[in-house]
Amino acid sequence: MKTTLTVNGRSHEVDHDTRRTLLDTLRDDLDLPGTKKGCDHGQCGACTVLVNGQRVNSCLCLTAMHDGDEVTTIEGIGSPERLSALQKAFVEKDGYQCGYCTPGQIMSATAMLKEMRDGAPSYVSDDLDAAELSDAEMAERMSGNLCRCSAYPLIREAIAMAAEVEK
Amino acid sequence: MRPFDYQRATSFDDVSAGQIIAGGTNLLDLMKIQVMTPDTLVDITRLEGLSEIQAEGEGLRIGALVTNSALANDARVRAGWPLLSRAILAGASAQIRNKATTGGNLLQRTRCPYFYDTSQACNKRTPGEGCAAQGGAGRMLALFGTSEHCLAAHPSDMAVALTALEAAVEIRSADGETRQVPMHEFYRGPGDRPDIENGLGKGDLITAVILPSPHAGARQTYRKVRDRASYAFALVSVAGSVAMEGDTITQVSLAYGSVAPHPWMDHDVVQLLQGETASNALFERAADALVPDSAPHPDTDYKRNLLRRTFIATMRQLTGPGDTAGTDIARTQG
Ligand SMILES: Cc1cc2nc3c(=O)[nH]c(=O)nc-3n(C[C@H](O)[C@H](O)[C@H](O)COP(=O)(O)OP(=O)(O)OC[C@H]3O[C@@H](n4cnc5c(N)ncnc54)[C@H](O)[C@@H]3O)c2cc1C
Ligand code: SF4
Ligand code: FES
Ligand code: FES
Repeated sequence: MKTTLTVNGRSHEVDHDTRRTLLDTLRDDLDLPGTKKGCDHGQCGACTVLVNGQRVNSCLCLTAMHDGDEVTTIEGIGSPERLSALQKAFVEKDGYQCGYCTPGQIMSATAMLKEMRDGAPSYVSDDLDAAELSDAEMAERMSGNLCRCSAYPLIREAIAMAAEVEK
Repeated sequence: MRPFDYQRATSFDDVSAGQIIAGGTNLLDLMKIQVMTPDTLVDITRLEGLSEIQAEGEGLRIGALVTNSALANDARVRAGWPLLSRAILAGASAQIRNKATTGGNLLQRTRCPYFYDTSQACNKRTPGEGCAAQGGAGRMLALFGTSEHCLAAHPSDMAVALTALEAAVEIRSADGETRQVPMHEFYRGPGDRPDIENGLGKGDLITAVILPSPHAGARQTYRKVRDRASYAFALVSVAGSVAMEGDTITQVSLAYGSVAPHPWMDHDVVQLLQGETASNALFERAADALVPDSAPHPDTDYKRNLLRRTFIATMRQLTGPGDTAGTDIARTQG
């Protein structure tokens, strides 16, 4: 079957089996290997991309269900010459060790900072109408992204740094 | 995954052609390991009129395709039904909540590990096959409402909140008739057919959840206990809404999660609390009434004490001055 996707601003028509996930389409059909496959079951966040601006696990998306959708991957938010604020902050703060979870962390954090600006609450917000970007808030909001190297403290520092830059 | 046909529903008439897929976060997971093997998937995400949250009287009508994120973030929900926001935000991750839908969340399957392992016997997966959890490992299993055929618990956080808030599920059948089923009647116990988890028939579509007006001025909270601080299923959870006059409990509504095949309610406990002066002694007595004398599986014996403590902590939080972090007052629109 055929599906049309806009990925990082470019339109693509892909011909695929009904079983194809968005993750496999990105990596194997569109040659965008920045998005990683960790668990393939929604448990690790390595495959996080933005679909119509919202962070999702691309391993739990059927390509067939995303006809006409806009997808943003790690390749779409910056380039080695022009890093996004978060990409720069991860390099600066050493927010990784092996780096496998990093594209997912950065995509997730990109959306998370926007959710903060939009006033979205989290489970640890004492007041559902007024959340501040504390360490506890960051840990909770980023809990869908696991890091086997346990670089969490530096990941949070990088996110805090990027949030300051974006202010 | 086994091969399947994919169809995109453009009208309600298309829905009965196969297995419904909405967010896909539970169904695809189960299809990948061949626990669920539908021949045809019907994608309902393009159906119109199911993605809105609308005022209905003093309450809300939540379309079945409203995402868990959109529901938890809705300003009206935060103000009037904060316990629903908190319960949803306690579940899964931000990524999953962005995809997961209101209808799909209600129908997510159990997290019993043997249900997931096709090399093990499971009556819920294959009726009559047996139940590997009995004699196996079972710390996620239920305390209440089990049968000799299945001991599994329902994992949804949102459903527990909706039960405490006395919501109803709106269902459209293939012949176009619409009915409303209260949350506390929506699920069925395992009996001898644990594969049948609710009263939905073939071609039935959940179209909405109807949320009645909250009890004005009630304090609400959702307390979830789990193995790690975030992104884990509940071992025990308690959803509660309590209104007081002075020290007297004038209205109380409670539901308990991850302790039964569906959100659990106990009317005796409510009776015991209603109209009484809030005190630790009262909560201890209510906990005695709530907690069963034994567990159906040795591995869930710990849940008896955990439920007791979580219940008492929730009641103190909702009635006392002390630690009220995470407690919200239902603010209804004037
Ligand atoms: C890693 C992970 C962690 C999680 N943690 C939690 C947690 O802590 N707490 C929690 O509550 N949940 C948790 N979840 C589960 C998550 O909440 C569910 O997967 C999600 O809510 C299902 O919604 P969906 O729209 O994706 O459903 P789908 O996967 O699309 O569908 C689920 C079922 O519902 C049926 N269905 C869907 N919509 C309708 C409808 N409108 N009418 C009739 N039938 C319908 C489908 O046929 C299918 O059988 C977790 C999931 C994952 C993967
Ligand atoms: S407890 Fe229920 S879900 Fe678990 S193995 Fe037994 S029958 Fe299956
Ligand atoms: S690969 Fe998608 S969440 Fe792990
Ligand atoms: S840096 Fe290695 S998994 Fe996160």
